[in-house]
Amino acid sequence: MYTFSNRLKIGSFIAMAVGFICLATGFLSAPSTVEEAKAIVASAHDDHHGGGHTEEASHGDDNAHVAEAAHGEEHDASHDEHLLHQLKNRPWAALYVAAFFFFMISLGVLAFYAIQRAAQAGWSPMLFRVMEGITAYLVPGGIIVFVILVLSVMHVNHMFVWMDADVVAHDKLLQGKAGYLNPTFFLVRAAIFLGGWIFYRQLSRKLSLAQDESDDNSNFVKNFRWSAGFLVFYLISESMMSWDWIMSLDPHWFSTLFGWYVFASMFVSGITVIAIITIYLKSKGYLENVNDSHIHDLAKFMFAISIFWTYLWFSQFMLIWYANIPEEVTYYVARFQDYKLPFFGMLAMNFIFPLLVLMNSDYKRVNWFVIMAGIVVLFGHYLDVFNMVMPATVGDQWHIGIPEIGGILFFGGLFVFWVFNTLTKAPLQPKRNPFIEESRQFHY
Amino acid sequence: MASKVIQALYNDDDVLMHAVKKVRAEHHHIEEVYTPFPVHGLDKAMGLEDTRIAITSFMYGCLGLTVAIVMMNYIMIEDWPQDIGGKPSFSYLENMPAFVPIMFEMTVFFAAHLMVITFYLRSRMWPFKKAENPDVRTTDDHFLMEVGVGDNEKELTALLWETGAVEINVTEKES
Repeated sequence: MYTFSNRLKIGSFIAMAVGFICLATGFLSAPSTVEEAKAIVASAHDDHHGGGHTEEASHGDDNAHVAEAAHGEEHDASHDEHLLHQLKNRPWAALYVAAFFFFMISLGVLAFYAIQRAAQAGWSPMLFRVMEGITAYLVPGGIIVFVILVLSVMHVNHMFVWMDADVVAHDKLLQGKAGYLNPTFFLVRAAIFLGGWIFYRQLSRKLSLAQDESDDNSNFVKNFRWSAGFLVFYLISESMMSWDWIMSLDPHWFSTLFGWYVFASMFVSGITVIAIITIYLKSKGYLENVNDSHIHDLAKFMFAISIFWTYLWFSQFMLIWYANIPEEVTYYVARFQDYKLPFFGMLAMNFIFPLLVLMNSDYKRVNWFVIMAGIVVLFGHYLDVFNMVMPATVGDQWHIGIPEIGGILFFGGLFVFWVFNTLTKAPLQPKRNPFIEESRQFHY
Repeated sequence: MASKVIQALYNDDDVLMHAVKKVRAEHHHIEEVYTPFPVHGLDKAMGLEDTRIAITSFMYGCLGLTVAIVMMNYIMIEDWPQDIGGKPSFSYLENMPAFVPIMFEMTVFFAAHLMVITFYLRSRMWPFKKAENPDVRTTDDHFLMEVGVGDNEKELTALLWETGAVEINVTEKES
């Protein structure tokens, strides 16, 4: 049995507390009036460029003149309104990105777990309890994401434009999509998806624990069937979830392989977290039957799915770049202009780094190497979610500052606490899995 | 120079593995082992060095990537930068997404083909090559271990019989 180390527990509480304070700061410092929003932007400008630059001043004047001459007062007012919305969205978006990121890790692990069960993999049963521990976060993580979505529907924030009835009234495109993108149906779908995922997770965990105590394999067979069924449900629901929760932040834009793209991101982050937690538990002496070959297999998955993610990223990007159809390409124009560093930085972290680091077979067996690569991959995929959510919600007012870091700390702490707390609930090695002996002796 | 070798035949890969380990433990030099199919762990038991073919493949892949980049940079950007459907042919980077499929394929092409050719060269395989098969049964259901003999023929034969060989021949081998 695993005992939750005190240092880790205290660490996770501290992360949660610090994260909570940072998030609260983010919410409190968000502007509530147009004047405050302007002041924030002005002071940010001063900070970046050191104030009294003459060229800066003349630039500002130029812009103001052009705007005034062309559109008059009205445009200025709507611009300020827009800015206010973006700045108000920032703490919400930071909260949402972090909440979704950690939720998607446990969902990715759940998919990996179901695949291992449905494929009757012989190497992985030794890691089932670790995976079950990680998927336990699905319950609190999913509920938090759901609550954020409910708050969006209740107009507490402005992350999803299509939820604003005024906007839809003046927007033909959104009216056309209203049959799918309407608040009630949106929440019903979210509830069905989350309900299905959590149901499978709890059932599979129950069957997995029951298998340890039983004297035949009936629980194992049931679990196999449920897993196969779950994968069908998952592929459909995950795809729709990505349209709902992420793509609908840019409701004028659409992409057909978006669901797969989000899937690849959650899958690779999930596998990475399995590897990191397995290595951690093994280093503490809890998983003595897990050997380097198990780590090697996980690292191969990290490597391959990183490339799969890149393949999907590039396929989505290149098709849109090549055809350059205005209604699609705005998505990337916004990211190229305002998100250069996170956008291309993420590509380096999610593709080039794992490609070069994890290509060598020997390195995949070196535990600290896998941990280092895993941390980079996780940050890369945080940035991936950041790049998907932020341009639509805060636009060019993005910054990785207190609310964003607070979000990572809070949900990271909650994730660690919940996962490791669940790991203490059952023995870390399944007893009666038909493949457990094969997994114990697994070597590559 | 002709050298004397002893050829021990086995009809089971497990027996062969044990025999290889035993012969090596007695410090005899195993010249070669012939098997009808890959025997897992035989290379480790024989103490063969790891292959470096993956490293050559990586280098060939880098070469292919370089060839693709240099070729398309010359053709599409430097030599005749036409406007083809509005694609930005001002610099390689600006038009790079359009080149990526070719860069990828060339990398794979070079890595795969040159690695296979390296394999053929290194393992001396080509059409019309005379087969180096000491006993036709080794391609079907027998395993053959070839051990070099000095003046210890009797002792070695006894050892090989002990390891479960089904047949033992001593022959002169041209090398």
